[in-house]
Amino acid sequence: MRPKNVPEPEELSKIDHKPPLFESWMDKKPEFKPGFYCYGAKAKNIAAVGMPNPRDWSPTDEDWKLPENWKEIFLNGMKERLEKYRSFKLFMDICVRCGACADKCHYFIGSGDPKNMPVLRAELLRSVYRKYFTTGGKLFGKLAGARELTFDVLKEIWYYLYQCSECRRCSLFCPYGIDTAEITILGRELTNLLGLNTDWIQASVANCYRTGNHIGLQPHAYKDMIEFLCDECEEVTGIRPQPQFNKKGAEILFVTPSGDVFADPGTYTCMGYLLLFHYLQEEYGFDITWSTYASEGGNFGYFTSHEMAKRLHAKIYMEAKRLGVKWILGGECGHMWRLLNQYIDTFNGPPDYLEEPVSPITGTKFEHAKGHKIVHIVEFTADLIRHNKLKLDPSRNDHLVLTFHDSCNPARGMGFFEEPRYVIKSVCRNFYEMPSNTIREQTFCCGSGAGLNAGENMELRMRGGLPRANAVKYVHEKYGVNMMACICAIDRAALPVLMQYWVPEVDITGVHELVGNALVFKNEKKRTTDLRGNPFVGAEEEQGDAV
Amino acid sequence: MNFLVGLIFSAIVAIVVLLVPWIGVGVLHLYTIFGIVVPYLAILIFLIGMILRVIDWGRSPVPFRIPTTAGQQWSFPWIKHSWIENPKDSKGVIVRMALEVLCFRSLFRNVRLEYRRIENLPKVAFEWEKWLWMAAIAFHYSFLVIFLRHFRFFTNPIPSFVKIIEKLDGFFQAGVLPIPGLTIPEVYITDLLLLAAVTYLLLRRLYIPQVRYVSLPSDYFPLFLILGIGTTGVLMRYFLRVDVTKVKELAFGLFKFHPHVPDGIGTIFFIHLFFVCTLIAYIPFSKICHMAGIFLSPTRNLSNNSRFKRHINPWDNKPAWEYPGMVHTYEEYEEEFRDVMIEAGIPVEKMPEKKEEEKPEQEQ
Amino acid sequence: MLYDGAKILTGLIIGVLFFIFPFLYDAGKPYKKPEPKLTEKAKKAGECVLSKQFMRTWHMQLLDEWRNDVVRKGIHYYRPREIAREMKLDKRLFDQLRHYISDGTRIYVPKSDKVYYMSLQNTCLDCHSNKKEFCDQCHNYLGVHPYCWNCHIAPEEK
Ligand code: SF4
Ligand code: SF4
Repeated sequence: MRPKNVPEPEELSKIDHKPPLFESWMDKKPEFKPGFYCYGAKAKNIAAVGMPNPRDWSPTDEDWKLPENWKEIFLNGMKERLEKYRSFKLFMDICVRCGACADKCHYFIGSGDPKNMPVLRAELLRSVYRKYFTTGGKLFGKLAGARELTFDVLKEIWYYLYQCSECRRCSLFCPYGIDTAEITILGRELTNLLGLNTDWIQASVANCYRTGNHIGLQPHAYKDMIEFLCDECEEVTGIRPQPQFNKKGAEILFVTPSGDVFADPGTYTCMGYLLLFHYLQEEYGFDITWSTYASEGGNFGYFTSHEMAKRLHAKIYMEAKRLGVKWILGGECGHMWRLLNQYIDTFNGPPDYLEEPVSPITGTKFEHAKGHKIVHIVEFTADLIRHNKLKLDPSRNDHLVLTFHDSCNPARGMGFFEEPRYVIKSVCRNFYEMPSNTIREQTFCCGSGAGLNAGENMELRMRGGLPRANAVKYVHEKYGVNMMACICAIDRAALPVLMQYWVPEVDITGVHELVGNALVFKNEKKRTTDLRGNPFVGAEEEQGDAV
Repeated sequence: MNFLVGLIFSAIVAIVVLLVPWIGVGVLHLYTIFGIVVPYLAILIFLIGMILRVIDWGRSPVPFRIPTTAGQQWSFPWIKHSWIENPKDSKGVIVRMALEVLCFRSLFRNVRLEYRRIENLPKVAFEWEKWLWMAAIAFHYSFLVIFLRHFRFFTNPIPSFVKIIEKLDGFFQAGVLPIPGLTIPEVYITDLLLLAAVTYLLLRRLYIPQVRYVSLPSDYFPLFLILGIGTTGVLMRYFLRVDVTKVKELAFGLFKFHPHVPDGIGTIFFIHLFFVCTLIAYIPFSKICHMAGIFLSPTRNLSNNSRFKRHINPWDNKPAWEYPGMVHTYEEYEEEFRDVMIEAGIPVEKMPEKKEEEKPEQEQ
Repeated sequence: MLYDGAKILTGLIIGVLFFIFPFLYDAGKPYKKPEPKLTEKAKKAGECVLSKQFMRTWHMQLLDEWRNDVVRKGIHYYRPREIAREMKLDKRLFDQLRHYISDGTRIYVPKSDKVYYMSLQNTCLDCHSNKKEFCDQCHNYLGVHPYCWNCHIAPEEK
């Protein structure tokens, strides 16, 4: 299932990274190329969460149906944010345009569009900042790098803010730590003051607000989906997990991105969670509950505004409080974990009504999580494995040759590197790293983060994912890697398509799917396949012998 | 406005900066203005401008804790914590900042994209590229050393650290270089380094297509100023010579608030001085304010401790549910979905009254 | 309202102190300019090898040239007036031009036809026999440590 409407790789890879010699970026009008942008947010989805200027619109429309005083709104919004965010003000002032960040952005690498260089992406806003907020810009205009905020400039800003996946790779290389992701986040807030979100994001936000998850699964449907995954588990292992829902007084609340419940291959990861919980329940009386209300760990609000992020993620604490759990376990998700690490306690804390997390099985105190009281499931599992609490058979993953994709957010917004590797190496025997400047803190984005994982901007995604895919291809050719693990639901949705396009031999898995494969239950049936129904190494021959 | 316009515009401004003192002193003999008024004004603008700028940054809070984590978080004792690249406390932050400020840690990571197509398929590679880092280090440290060396004109008696720096800097002695006279007095290595580094920085701005594309006049202008400062300085020391004793009388006088301009200082000195004054007065209004800004950068100067220590947002310190209408509460949610929840066997807070009788059956 | 005020102010103070260090350091120290003293003999001579301004600015250069002439070329006498008169496009003309640019005076032609024996110890220090009051005045003021004295012996002072 190669993505449609995207040129062939041979064609698409003709990328010129050299901007034209005599072109002036300030005077170049934005050109909206199909495949690079998403549809405009629908009126009903904007209105559903009470955000400004609800109406149906499309980015290619001549008229974006902006309010009369849109310029004023935008500039006032900018002023307000300059006063509220030191990051914004500082990053507007101190860039020296050294270009160190320029070729670090996967969208620039994949598209060659100079305005996808982080520095220029930021300059688009910076030029407006100079015009209205600095003396030099007011006096000297273009010579000082300042630009009037015209409709064309607004369009340009919009077009490129929604071609940034907020991955922060640029910020790692910037000598002043200028984080273009932060500028994008705040820039997107400004566009949202004018009702200029994409529908892919806005619809998810509206869904999440109402039903608790991006997909819009109502409680019964959510439960159904999980029950269905339990059926699947039973089929493969002979064991039927018994998940609990909205259970008051449970010890732990489990929150994971709804993508895991909904779509392959995230569902296999979800089966991994279910099996693990069931195993722990059987062996150690583990008491964990899912919630249909806080049924989303991800947070597309974050791709809209800080406020929307805060509003959506509030449900996690509210639900933990209502159910009276001790602490919260978080599933494998990228931006969710940046938010849980860097924002949630500031947004909606302090969660005094919870307890400092302690693993009920190993007794380990998660000291580093004692503030926000949320533990990453990979940490949790790593601790279990470390204490020999799981019976694992890594040979069951022998049919896989793995590599690991560090998702941007846990990498550069948390520093979550060793735990997943520890778990993977404990449950698999063939593991190879990609080249060092494409992993860990230098990891490349999947190309679809920050709400860009829609269908209509597929070309952008395939281009943005090129550096990642290229590194995968390298280990595939060198070591025969056929599976890439990740700890992010967006990755699990986006990377399979990317792999289909660039390296079709490689598939994508969550870490807990691998755990689910390797976990040995006392009373399981003889397992011959992994959670996907692919035969284990050696299983086929055995079967053949038997016949 | 393409790069040529920017380049030419900033070059013109730089030439004006060159001509003003040349005419002002060389022709009009405005010694007091260029020897006393301009330097004092420049120092004042620099100090006040920088203070205001930093205070202005400080007036905006840091609502969220957003360090860029470049290493393993602190978690289990059996996992090696990268305490500098992902600091958990101020000790780590201090070391991280020191590395950043003193060694340009982040710039040191720099690599260059090498994009190729092999048999029509793309190959993304990264090549070694530390030139920018080296030039930046050479440039900044030379500048610092040169600045400190100048203290021999600013102070009396000259502090010993200045003498030490000078000694280390001037290890090219007479006779080492073949040009007669050039090595009297000894050549400062930082003079050469500074000029070389600035020239490199200017050339790369013009040569590297991406950097050329993003460059503004305000990127060329400081380079021209610094080139001007360096060139006039070198000319004065090795070729055209001025009466340094008188120069010190002037400089020392300024710092003693005992300003006077001795006769017989060559015009070249005033050109040098005017370049310097222009640069320092320009700093607070330009990107060069990064010299202070780097210390305030939230992605570098914060520890990654938000999982165990709450970071407070001063303009919003209440959870979302304490604001009216911000969240979709559980009650509202259950209100909407109660029936399907009950049907699916999901526990609810409130049983619908009319279905009171059915309830026991359902629970069976 | 300043956020992180304590840290920012501390940083600012350190920064400002660094930049105003010379002001602070100089405060309380006397304003001083060097006063090189001429010996009676020098006063009487009335004129140095070249003009006073040229000597102030260029003497180290002249000494270097003398050294090269004597040690490498075996030339022992220096005739400033002849050189100035001939004004050929030779190296010394360039020196004079530099001289012109650096202090704005016209090309200097010495009054007398005096011929100098090129020697620091025997000629220069003959008049300027008071190193401490003459040479060291400016050298110390500017923190210069000429290596003349590595080989040459300073005249004994009374
Ligand atoms: S690396 Fe930083 S300073 Fe350099 S151009 Fe990029 S944002 Fe600006
Ligand atoms: S945050 Fe990522 S996508 Fe955005 S500009 Fe930086 S490198 Fe590019």
